[in-house]
Amino acid sequence: MATASIELKDISKRFGRILANDKVCLTAYSGEILALLGENGSGKTTLMNMISGIYYPDEGQILINGEEAVIRSPKEAFDYGIGMIHQHFKLVDIFSAAENIVLGLNEHRRYNLKEIKARVSEIIEKYGFELDPSKKIYDMSVSEKQTVEIIKVLYRGADILILDEPTAVLTLQEIQKLFEILRRMRDDGKTIIIITHKLQEVLELSDRVTVLRKGRYIGTVDTASTSESELTEMMVGKKISLNITRTEPNNPTDRLTVSGLECIDRDGRKVIDGVSFTARSGEILGIAGIAGSGQRELLEAIAGLQHIQNGSVVYHDPKTGIDEELRGKSPIQIRELGVRLSFVPEDRLGMGLVGNMDIIDNMMLRSYKRGRSMFVERKGPKDLANTIIEQLEVVTPSAETPVRKLSGGNVQKVLVGREISASPTVLMAAYPVRGLDINSSYAIYNLLNDQKKNGASVIFVGEDLDVLVELCDRIMVIGSGRIMGILDGRTASKNEIGFLMTKSQHGGPAE
Amino acid sequence: MNRTEKHQREPLIHITRRADIPLAKAWLIRLAAIVSALIVCSLLIVAITNYNPIEVFVKMAEGSLGSPRKLMFLLQELSMLLCISVAVTPAFKMKFWNLGAEGQVLVGGLASAACMFYAKDSIPNALLIFLMLAAGIASGMIWALIPAVFKSVWGTNESLFTLMMNYVAMQLVAFFIMVWVPNGSNVMGIINMNSQNGWLPDLFGQKYLINIIIVFILTVVMFIYLKYSKQGYEISVVGGSQNTARYIGIDVKKVIIRTMLISGAICGLAGFLLVSGTNHTISKELAGGMGFTAIMVSWLAKFNPLLMIVTSFLIVFLQRGAGEIATAFRLNTSVADIITGIIIFFIIGCEFFINYKINFRTSKERREAKQ
Repeated sequence: MATASIELKDISKRFGRILANDKVCLTAYSGEILALLGENGSGKTTLMNMISGIYYPDEGQILINGEEAVIRSPKEAFDYGIGMIHQHFKLVDIFSAAENIVLGLNEHRRYNLKEIKARVSEIIEKYGFELDPSKKIYDMSVSEKQTVEIIKVLYRGADILILDEPTAVLTLQEIQKLFEILRRMRDDGKTIIIITHKLQEVLELSDRVTVLRKGRYIGTVDTASTSESELTEMMVGKKISLNITRTEPNNPTDRLTVSGLECIDRDGRKVIDGVSFTARSGEILGIAGIAGSGQRELLEAIAGLQHIQNGSVVYHDPKTGIDEELRGKSPIQIRELGVRLSFVPEDRLGMGLVGNMDIIDNMMLRSYKRGRSMFVERKGPKDLANTIIEQLEVVTPSAETPVRKLSGGNVQKVLVGREISASPTVLMAAYPVRGLDINSSYAIYNLLNDQKKNGASVIFVGEDLDVLVELCDRIMVIGSGRIMGILDGRTASKNEIGFLMTKSQHGGPAE
Repeated sequence: MNRTEKHQREPLIHITRRADIPLAKAWLIRLAAIVSALIVCSLLIVAITNYNPIEVFVKMAEGSLGSPRKLMFLLQELSMLLCISVAVTPAFKMKFWNLGAEGQVLVGGLASAACMFYAKDSIPNALLIFLMLAAGIASGMIWALIPAVFKSVWGTNESLFTLMMNYVAMQLVAFFIMVWVPNGSNVMGIINMNSQNGWLPDLFGQKYLINIIIVFILTVVMFIYLKYSKQGYEISVVGGSQNTARYIGIDVKKVIIRTMLISGAICGLAGFLLVSGTNHTISKELAGGMGFTAIMVSWLAKFNPLLMIVTSFLIVFLQRGAGEIATAFRLNTSVADIITGIIIFFIIGCEFFINYKINFRTSKERREAKQ
């Protein structure tokens, strides 16, 4: 076979006591798509950061086109033709696409935006991107921003492209589009390395797969000759069954009635437009929709965090039988009414947890006000933290570790653990498995199922349609802040949901 | 290949972040920093003055700790700096960058001085002191409240706002001195020189002991408040993430305003202590830059009030020592400032080595790699 365009030999990287990469090897050739597969915290991103010059390896060798390379900075990585597209975009909001693309490039010619745009358009045409080079970043969707990042590295002449979980933020259709482009780049002779933990994508897109587990190199297989179960086993280290058991709702009664809900955003645009539905005890109500269709605002409105313009949110207390209107009440007032409403928000560290505080102090968020003393009581939260660490198998040095130091899955376990510890009567969870590995995801699904069995009304906003149809009793599809339909989870098909999701964009609201 | 040759060599050093470091090692690094700072200072002293550096350092220590009187002065200055540092800390923990301690101290002092000036001997000492205390604290609170309200309601930038309030306070003091001192000298003399009305009394024959005791009690109270009280917890949450604070139902506006009121009240108290306990007069230089030095004290102590006793001691010790060597060796005061600067630079700089590890290229590895 030809010389590898990039070859890693026994790369090791240590952070303090943690060995993030332990003698990892990897080889990628030009004209192929290599998937780098592994669970969260298996060292995928660390490894790629060493190729793109963000970290420097403690041990090992990097060969580019057969020659030993020393990559000390992202700039030098570019000199080797390596470009990385990070999970979090690094773009200047008030600049246009073209301006962002040339930002930081020190070209020895005059700055000529027209010429730059022409060259950008050339790249766009060559690979079939959809992008207007003059569009400002703040006007762009997530997928467009990602396109800018990809063109940015192509413009710099990258031959080796590394994409860090590029599909995590995209819709089904956008993912398909991205894959087509990546295939076109491969056929053009580029080397493409894609970091992911989604097995289906690996099987669909890649030519070969390299698997890492806990910082160690496990092996490389040809995609054509492997299977989902083999890859899972390599990734997790043991055979696991990926099944969600859906029990019949036990004696469902109405728990939460939302009627005629309307919310507006800062610009006066309606983000929630006449939403009415009922959530019942002992069932999981799924909410499906394209990202940004009003899911976040809907949950925040129920939790008392969004101003409600019109409509009502009525809670039916299972103990007293009294109906409580939640509209216009703050989260604390809602809790004081005896409503046990738990909420797992989308942005864990931005809302829900405080990154700089340790697990114990984060447990205290919900309970610190209890009691008349002016001092906080730490004993209860400490016990709770230790219980959650033990029961949910949170990987952490101790309960006194700041949560920002934990990996994504463990952060989520801490948050979900705290929210269900109050034995909620209503549990709302927005994208609770986003960015989590298989094991953690299924652990979270099981927790939601347990709450359902305990008689809680679970509202689950999800993005993976396969999971939605397997897990939920009913699925509510929303589009542009309106309900496009409510389907039975046992009979609904993925296509049906997908059709409803995009309906508001094509043909207005459902009748 | 051409471009590979350019980067043939492994970088000489590369820096990695430490996960954590044993406490003993961290203190060893700090100790090493002080020792190296002293060595650098010695070289400098020898180079420009030709004095024996050991002698200079001894003199420096003597200047701060040499006699009971000097020690008392040191403690007095330390307590004022500590008081202001404790004042800015709750706001800083909340990520509210209060740069207005200087102004808050000034208005506190001004209000206290005004009470003294107008009351003269008309009311008993105890009542006057109480009035001065109340006026000082209240004006400090008002000075802090204004930027806090603007920040929490309209989202204005608190750093600029509090900074500007300093200048307003300074001009206010200048204005009142002009009104009170009609002869045009613009210097306010000692107020109530003869009756000593409104002066904090001596304790056990020590002039500043009341100041010192009040501040040390305050420091301990602030430590407990921040660490163990519900309000202190709310401050940490708001400082950590305002969205999370809203999510659990903390009224962020209320916490910002409440915390700034506390911050301003303590600054006002510092102003009162300076006027009533130490200076018995008022000038634009009442706070003397301590409002800014306090920021350094607070940061160096990582917002821990008890550690601030150590950091403020360090800074006052250096300042006083520097002043002493400037006079004793008839050096330009700049030399003393240079020495202080070098020592503080090393102390702040060593935090880098506590957080990061520096790896050097090992030549042995290189040779192996080449073969």
